[in-house]
Amino acid sequence: MTSPGLAGPRAGGGRPRVIIVDDHGLFRSGVRSELGDDVEVVGEAAEVTPAVKLIGELLPDVVLLDVHLPGGGGQAVAAAVRAEFPQVRCLALSASDAPEDVIAVIRAGARGYVTKTISGPELVDAIRRIAAGDSVFSPRLAGFVLDAFAAQAPAAGGEVAPAADPELDQLTPREREVLRLIARGYTYKEIARELYISIKTVETHVSSVLRKLQLSTRHQLTRWANERRLA
Amino acid sequence: MEERTRFPARGRPGQDHGGPRRGGPPWWWAPGHDWHGAGADPGLDEPVGPGQSWIDRWDARRSGTGRFRRGPKGSGPIRRSMDHPMLGGVAEGISARTGIDVTLIRIAFVLTALGAFGAAAYVLAWLLIPVSGENTGIASKALADRRGLALAAGLGSLLVVVLATASALGASWVGTLATPLVITAVGMVLVVRNATGPEQDRIRQLTDALASLTESHERSRIVLRVLVGAVLLGGGITLILLAGHSAGELLQPLGGALLVLAALVVVLGPWWLRIARDLLVERQARVRAEERADMAARVHDSVLQTLALIQRRSGDPQQVIQLARAQERELRSWLFDGRAPGSMDELGMTFAGGVRLIEQEVESRHGVPVDAVIVGDCELDDDLRALLAAGREATVNAVKWSGADVVSIFAEVEADEVSLYVRDRGKGFDPAVVPGDRQGLAESIRGRMARRGGAAVIRSAPGEGTEVSLTMPRVAGKREPGPA
Repeated sequence: MTSPGLAGPRAGGGRPRVIIVDDHGLFRSGVRSELGDDVEVVGEAAEVTPAVKLIGELLPDVVLLDVHLPGGGGQAVAAAVRAEFPQVRCLALSASDAPEDVIAVIRAGARGYVTKTISGPELVDAIRRIAAGDSVFSPRLAGFVLDAFAAQAPAAGGEVAPAADPELDQLTPREREVLRLIARGYTYKEIARELYISIKTVETHVSSVLRKLQLSTRHQLTRWANERRLA
Repeated sequence: MEERTRFPARGRPGQDHGGPRRGGPPWWWAPGHDWHGAGADPGLDEPVGPGQSWIDRWDARRSGTGRFRRGPKGSGPIRRSMDHPMLGGVAEGISARTGIDVTLIRIAFVLTALGAFGAAAYVLAWLLIPVSGENTGIASKALADRRGLALAAGLGSLLVVVLATASALGASWVGTLATPLVITAVGMVLVVRNATGPEQDRIRQLTDALASLTESHERSRIVLRVLVGAVLLGGGITLILLAGHSAGELLQPLGGALLVLAALVVVLGPWWLRIARDLLVERQARVRAEERADMAARVHDSVLQTLALIQRRSGDPQQVIQLARAQERELRSWLFDGRAPGSMDELGMTFAGGVRLIEQEVESRHGVPVDAVIVGDCELDDDLRALLAAGREATVNAVKWSGADVVSIFAEVEADEVSLYVRDRGKGFDPAVVPGDRQGLAESIRGRMARRGGAAVIRSAPGEGTEVSLTMPRVAGKREPGPA
């Protein structure tokens, strides 16, 4: 998949140090060659436990994380990294369309999601963004997030249990707007122009959505995932 | 990557139950989906383990209470008790109804059985008296069991033919045997079919024990079997011969035939059982083989064909990408959504399915990747079909004219409206100066939407690509399927 939202050059200081975690050797070498000299691939791992160990030793800027890994999935790596090495950031990568898996990795701590069909330059750009502390929402992830939060829209207000922090439970209209534009294939720059805001504000909105996604304790999010799983 | 074959199996036992939920049934509860198998097999509700024989139960009962006792008299119609039965629970049922100790009743049955009367009475009672908790006995259930009756009739007629042939061939003694034998065989079929779950289990246990006799090739077992068969056969023939002298008695030939039948069952039954079991195993194997063949056919039609095509066209990257993408999409919809490859039919298609169909068709027809992101879903109606048609038009338009290497679709179903965006990053155009040949297309999109109360906005600028935004209001009162 191409993600126009990730295109557009971005000034990144130096080459980000990257670890690729994927159980397919062929895919790892493919990514390595596609990334070329723009990033520094410092290590590779194929399973959860060795990956966490390697990340702890090398402390890379970005971990390219496959969603489906033997031994607990990318979710387990993301959670361990968040707990032990919070300065390391994860970018989820997957060939799967199953939204609940993607959302689970994001909720475990990954700061973005792209599909494996992404082009080399787009992937480099995404890695730079993640390394710089931004989050990367591909159109597909934006769609998943809209879906997840739409599923808990206040229409069925009756049975909704009051959450600890209601702020976390809903996306603001502006955040929804930004997500929709990402899903429509707009770049951050185009979104900024469309909404008459700065690119930095767009990034703030996206980070805020990411935070809500990760911190929301609402059971509806879990329920949404479970319903998807059953569908 | 982790191997994931997620066929649309409904629910998995042991699955995480998700977060807490206040009030109401848990999230996995759905009417009609009875995961716990309540009511699936009444045998499961019996407090008796599968490995426990009636002897164990008998011992358990004897050790617990005094030998003879007079219990409280029950009321209501008499029912066979399946709590601790020795055979069919008849004695216990009578005991519960009359208050007489069950052991006394059993002794009475055994004593009278020596003259064949007790046995017949017991069997009759077993057939006629319903198990406690039910209102119909085996006999009345058998009368209502149409398939069982048909089966019994078929078997009976077959036996009649065989026996008639045998007696015609000169074995005159077969004639005396025929009627009771036929009645017994027919009766057995009906009884086995209509016995309650636990009783069927018991019958199965007994036959399994017999089957195990043949499974082992120990000589002692075979000798024992033949011996038992010979004794039964001898007893049966003696009874039949005796009956020849006092022709008035019906019960004796019946008992004799039963013994002969028992002899046949003991000697040949295990063999029959094995044949039946082999047939069953063979059928299961055939079902599995068919499933595999079906799977292989699908994989061949889709994946293998595509791989072959990719190898042949390896010189044309664009085509290879297109083939791989189409294949990926098809495989995914098969694995994750449970749709068979190529089975995108109009019937029962939802809005999201329609968008995916556009994605798939336009891409494979025009060779330009189309990416759809879909949020929400709902049933199709005429308005939404018009929206899909307009969206398809816009997508084809973008693919044909924009020169972009990818076209994205974003579709969202909301409570009050459904929107669809088709976006490309191609050459774009100035909407104010639309070339003549594109006027019609724009009009067909706009016109289609307007006629249904929707709206179409086309935004484009030279060098910046094009976006067609389509919105269709939803008819009030319609809701999304499933929980919102």
